[in-house]
This record gives sequence, C-alpha cells and structure tokens, in this order.
Amino acid sequence: MNAAAYDVVVVGAGIVGAACADEFTRRGMYVAVVDRDMVGGGATAAGMGHIVTMDDSEAQFALTRYSQQLWQKLRPELPIDVEYDQCGTIWVAADEEEMVEVRRKRDYYGQREVPTEILNAQTLARLEPNLRPGLAGGLLVMDDAVLYPPCAARFLMERAQKQGAKLHLGRSVTQAGRGRVTMADGFEISARVVVNAAGACAANFTPGVEIKKRKGHLVITDRYAGFLRHQLVELGYLKSAHSISNDSVAFNVQPRRTGQILIGSSRQYSADQTEVDSGILARMLQRAREYMPGLAQMSAVRTWTGFRAATPDKLPLIGPWPGDSSLFLATGHEGLGITTSLATARILVDQITGAKPEIPIQPYLPSRTAMEHVHA
Amino acid sequence: MSRHPRQQFDVLVVGGGPAGMAAAVRAAESGRRVGIIDDNPAVGGQIWRGGSEAGSEASKWIERLQSSGAGVLRGRVFQQPGLRILLAESDDGIWELAFEKLILATGARERFLPFPGWTLPNVMGVGGLQAMAKSGLPIRGERIVVAGTGPLLLAAAAYLRQHGATIPIICEQASWGNLARFSTVLLAQPDKIFQGLGLKGQLAGTRFSASSWPIAADGRTAVESVTISRRGKPETIPCDYLACGFHLVPNIELPLLLGCQIQNGCVRVDDFQKASVAEVFCAGEPTGIGGLELSLVEGEIAGLATAGRIAEASKLFSKREKLRRFARSLDRTFRLRSELRSLPQPETIVCRCEDVRYSRLREQTGWRAAKLQTRCGMGPCQGRICGPATEFLFDWKPDSVRPPIFPVRVESLSGLTGDSDLELCEITGGRS
Amino acid sequence: MRSQITMTVNGAPIVVPSGTTVAVAMAIAGQTSRTSISGEPRGPVCGMGICFECRVVIDGKPHRPGCQILCEQGMDVNTDE
Repeated sequence: MNAAAYDVVVVGAGIVGAACADEFTRRGMYVAVVDRDMVGGGATAAGMGHIVTMDDSEAQFALTRYSQQLWQKLRPELPIDVEYDQCGTIWVAADEEEMVEVRRKRDYYGQREVPTEILNAQTLARLEPNLRPGLAGGLLVMDDAVLYPPCAARFLMERAQKQGAKLHLGRSVTQAGRGRVTMADGFEISARVVVNAAGACAANFTPGVEIKKRKGHLVITDRYAGFLRHQLVELGYLKSAHSISNDSVAFNVQPRRTGQILIGSSRQYSADQTEVDSGILARMLQRAREYMPGLAQMSAVRTWTGFRAATPDKLPLIGPWPGDSSLFLATGHEGLGITTSLATARILVDQITGAKPEIPIQPYLPSRTAMEHVHA
Repeated sequence: MSRHPRQQFDVLVVGGGPAGMAAAVRAAESGRRVGIIDDNPAVGGQIWRGGSEAGSEASKWIERLQSSGAGVLRGRVFQQPGLRILLAESDDGIWELAFEKLILATGARERFLPFPGWTLPNVMGVGGLQAMAKSGLPIRGERIVVAGTGPLLLAAAAYLRQHGATIPIICEQASWGNLARFSTVLLAQPDKIFQGLGLKGQLAGTRFSASSWPIAADGRTAVESVTISRRGKPETIPCDYLACGFHLVPNIELPLLLGCQIQNGCVRVDDFQKASVAEVFCAGEPTGIGGLELSLVEGEIAGLATAGRIAEASKLFSKREKLRRFARSLDRTFRLRSELRSLPQPETIVCRCEDVRYSRLREQTGWRAAKLQTRCGMGPCQGRICGPATEFLFDWKPDSVRPPIFPVRVESLSGLTGDSDLELCEITGGRS
Repeated sequence: MRSQITMTVNGAPIVVPSGTTVAVAMAIAGQTSRTSISGEPRGPVCGMGICFECRVVIDGKPHRPGCQILCEQGMDVNTDE
C-alpha cells in the first residue's frame, strides 16, 4: 500500500525532526514525518533543554551560535509552555587553573562577538549565592537560554502541519532509504528525499552510520523559587564530554520557570538499558552537592534517563549519505540537539535545495566518515 | 544525614497495616528475624490508624506483634540499589535494609475523581477526612457530606457521626440493585444496608442515597456546599466538609519497581502469596482490594510461607477463598459508572500538583504524551492522584516507575557515602 | 489528659493537644496548607502522605507533608507558597 509521493519524509519527530519539518514546509515542500511514538519523545523528552554556544571547535561554535541566534529570533512566537528563558550560562571555575580556561573562553567568544563577562569570586557569589564558598569565579554567557523541549518540538511540528506537513505517529519504521520509508505494518511512504532524524536510533535505519548511545541521567526537584538563577556548568563538563570510554559525571544545573531545579549530568557509553543506575545517579548528585551544598536537603521528585546520539568526532551528521542519493542524515547531536536543531534544519534544507548555507557545512557532512574509511 | 547501620533481616515486610502486621507476626513467631518498615508514626496502616485505639482486633494484633520480636522501623522505601536490598528514607537519614525474603504489604489509597470545586479546602477523601479526624481534627457539630463509592463511605460516616459530626447525606454512586446484591438483601433500604454492615446503630436515620454523586463543590475559600445528582436531579446541600472518594486502588509502585508481574492493576501472586520475582511476596490490597479480613489472612499466609510453614499456610486457603469471593463482589458492586466521566468541566483541575485542567488533557493521546506536554503526573504525588483519575477518564495506561518511588531528599539519592557499614543492629529486645 | 503544645501557624500562636498532626493544626488555625501554582488555596486530601496537598513549611523547611508529622512544642509552621 503506498501513500502519495512526498518531497521529503522525515524519520523521527523529536526536536530535530520537528525543526526539519517546519523548515522544509516553510520552503514550500510537501513533507511527511514518521515516528514510532509521539512528537518530542526520545532524547528531546529527556534532555536539559539548554541553548548554549559552545567553543569545543570552530565547527561546533559555528553551528551552535547560528542556531542560538535562530532561537532568539523565534522567541517572540514561542508559546508560554515552551518556557523559553534567557537565563544565561555561568561556566564555573573551581580554582585558578580553571580561571585560565575562563579567560581563554572569554577571548574566544569575544573574538567571535559572543558577549560574555568574567566573574570573580565575589561576583559569582553575588549572582549565585547558593554555590559553595571558595570557588574561583566563572564566565557568564548571557545569550544562553533554556526551554522545555517537548513543547518546543510540538510547537515546531504544529507549525509544520499548518504549513501542510503530514504526521504519522505510532508507526515503527523498518526501512528508510532509496526513496521510501517502510513501516512495520507494511505501510510505505515514498519521497524524493528521506531524512534520518532518528537520534540515538539512527543506526537502525542507516546501517554503518557511526552513532553510539550515550546514556544520561537527570533529577528534578520540587519548587525552590530563587535558589538558582542561571544555568551552571562546571568547567570539567568539557572533560566529561571529551571522554569516549569512561562513565563520567559533571556538575550541571538548570533553573526551570517553575522554580524546580534540574540536576545533571552523566555520560555512559556502554549502557543501553533505560533503567536508572543508582550508582551513577549517586555520583552525579554527589558532584552537584560539591558545588551547591543546599541541594542536599531539597526534595527530589523524579529521576529519568535518556540516550544522546554520539558520533566519534562529536559533531552531528547533517547532509547526504553516500551511496543513497535520496537519503540525508540529521542526527548525532549528542547533548546539543535542542541548541542546534534550528540550524540543522536550515543547513540541511539548503543542501537539498542547492541554496547557499549560512555557515560552512563540510564539518557536518556524513561523507566525512565515509572518507575516513576510504583512506584507512 | 545520619547513617543508620545496615539492617539485615530474614524477612523484611514493607507496610505496617493489617497485612504487614499479620505477615510479620507469623514469620517472627516462626523464629525468623523480621522487620517492618512503615512511614507512619505507628503501625496499623490506614484502617487501624491510631493503633490500639482502633479496636480490639487491632489491639490483639499489635500486642502479638510486640511479643513476636519483629522490629518496626519508620521510613519510606524509595529505591532498590541492589539485589535483596531496599533503601528507605526517614526524617534523619536513610535505612539500608537487607533481606532474604521480602513481603510487600503496601496497602491501597483512595481513588479521586475530579469535578468542579474538588480542589477547595475541606474537600477531602473519605479515608482522608477520617484520618484527619483521628489525628485531632475537631468535627463535633460539623456538617460533613460523605460521597463517592465503596464500603468505606459507611464505615467512615459511622466513625464521623460517632464523634459528633452531622452527616446530612451519604451519596453512593452505585445503584440500589448493586448494593442490594452486595448485602444479600432483597429489599434495598438504607437501614438494611447499614445492618448488613453492622453499622445500624451508628448510622440509624442517616439519609442515604444510591445512584448519586457530586457534580460540584462550591465555596469561596473553603467548601460551603455541594451539589449532588440524585436520580438525575441536582440538589444543593450546605456543608462544612465534603468527604469524597471513589473506592480504593492498590499501591503497586514498589512491586512495579521490583519487576513484579501486574494484572488488572494488581500484583499477581501464587497460592502462597509469592509474586513473580524471586523471594518477593505480596499480601493485602495490592493483590486485589478485598478489605481487612482478607488482608489479614493473606498476610498470615505470606508470613508462614516465608518461614517455610507450608502446611499451616495451606490451612488458611479456604478462608482466603471465601474472603476473595467477597472481594470480587466488592469490585462488581462499586464499579464506577460512566456518568462520572462527564463530571469534569473544561476548567476543572485534574492534576493538582501541576494545576493541569481537563481541557488540556482531553486533547492528549496518552499518559506519557500528557506528562510531557502538560506536566500532568510530574509533580510530587508522582501520578498517584491523577493517574487513577485519568485512567478512568481517558483509559490511559500508566507507564513504568523509576526510583525514587516517593520524593526524597537529594542526599538520600546520593548513595551511601563512605565505607559500607555492614554492622548488624539489634532493633528491639525481643523474644528469645 | 494529653499535654498541650504551643506552636505558631503563619505567625500566630496556637495551642493543640499532643498527638495532633501539623495538617490538623493548620486546619484548626483556619489556615490553608499551601498555595497551588495557579494560586488556589489547598488543604489536605488523602490524609496519608500521598497527595502532597498538605505540604507546609516547618521551621523554615519547605514541602513537608503536614498530615504525617506530629506537632512539637515551639514548631513554626507556614503556608507553603
């Protein structure tokens, strides 16, 4: 049984799939989106919902900065349940060594016109009085924001639907490529372009794509208005994200509009069970308490896990998949899916329509991994 | 946070209500090292709240428990960090509870259904108001409308009346026909119902209306009146309190966390109250709402089974079967009627923790989507109140549980810091 | 005869018999336990520590379930906002 042919069919209705559907329909394409569950599930439902400009690499900076600016432009249209809050990020330095990193980051961002402010110990304590005394300072990145991802994904998808997109939920995909997407019940959708935006499950549909699941844990507290004003991240976060083999935790907390505190973060490679791991949860909370002792007495209401889609070089895969002229990838965003979803959609649709992308796209092309295999 | 030393038991009983007490007594009297963990100031659960003041049967079991040598710890189980260990939080720290066998006697809670005004102060559950009264709430001279469904309505109304409250009316949503069958009385009359349940003295003359349910509670800062539907006609009754609850739902969060098989919202057990997970037993309301006597006998069977006293446990099977027939008739009699699905208005709050209204939930596709999009069920009650309501209203099935199964302090989830203390601890001086 | 406990509820002193729970003390004082996120006054519902509508601030600590906590001499209880 076939459906009418589409211009694009997107596999995955998370934040990236929803952003793609929105962008493609805005450019006048006829789009279908398929997901085995709901809009805004998967890592979108599990993650911290931050919008951050990162300086890990030029390519990561370019994508996150471009996308953050897109979010800022979109902000006035976001409904209230998306809870967009430009609270800013403070990268917290525990000692002088980390202050060196603070100054490096300030210079890096400053050269690229991202406004930041160096905080000494006193200013840090004034801005965030619940951080433990004795920290060295930090870097405030005031353009960074947080939002509530499931509602953001829903907003983008609803806009896409108003622009003509067709949504097929509750459908498990068994095959995606060669101009069609096949569902478990035999239903097929044909399209000129197939987009794999399936996040941590991307490898199910595109064998050979190098995406590994990177498990994370989160805890949310009851409401404690005023306890936390900014997103806080320890500078060791980068060390954690860099590690590819060890389980790691890092201090990362985020205020929600409700006054609840979201506590993260953890990364595990060889863990594909969804169950909460008491051990790593404990380590994560111990780390958080080292920075904010006041968390200890707070009521923890829920814990949960999620799987980030991680690539070997920590950059997403956005572009054509070699060997299948209909297949494009929009996946592998690790912990930056929310941030980079809007830019991902833009540069992907630019590649499909032949328009000139706003930023160089070579670092994100899936063919880069294929090239490595050729050279090996 | 203080570190309680790790506790080691042959049999750990979670829940100190009738089922838990009976199980602990039987296991401890058989020579096993037994502990009960419960989150209330005293044993007795809900139905025997107040301990020995709850009546002679309660006192007998409490005395027997005290003589048995079983220990009682106060805390709330929230996590299973490893095989045969549970963590429980107390006011001043956490208990690490190691065991060979586990008996889950976590009881039941009331089912609440939303209707306009149900969030007003002094609108409480039926058991809820009774619990408050037992904890000191002054009710003498107060007008209390009792509504909802289930035998709890009459038991609670009797208690409240006995302590000086005025009961303008008891509204039961079940029909006369159902009630008559339940009390095995041909003529469906209030006094016969009261008599059938042994409550005639306490409730003589109280207005009782079947096929009736609340359609709105009204008041400014607290409830001042309730409008009920009686045989299709609305009637407004002034009151100081509205006690409203729609029967009971089993507390199966801990069994779910441990991976026990669930059927129709109840824990599946074999003849010896053994659940589907090794060394885990379950007794009382979580295996099926069945009332006090059934909880006691299931507890006894579980306790005897964990002590290896199979023959004695088997002797209780026929008593249990009789009581289970009663339990099944409870189910049929107090089944919720479909009219109750129409009670909430668009503006009626369904999730009380997050103030999510009926109109927003109606458009969701399922429990998980509703949680993520509206935050229904994401509050401290973890869906215990809105879960049964949305299951009835929308036929949504709840999803899996994760630790902590109750909100706990962040420090309690932060693990057992420092060295693992394997010291055993004598909890009570007990029997030889 | 039970002993009496003196405590403060939303700044005002009250006296209750020992064995009274904090939720009941709030009710006796005519105070609501908490204010919901949309501003509604709320009081205890389930009476067994499950609904969390009876949450109050006890001696500065927020979100304490009043129906499961016994009043103590000198306790300071406030509505959980």
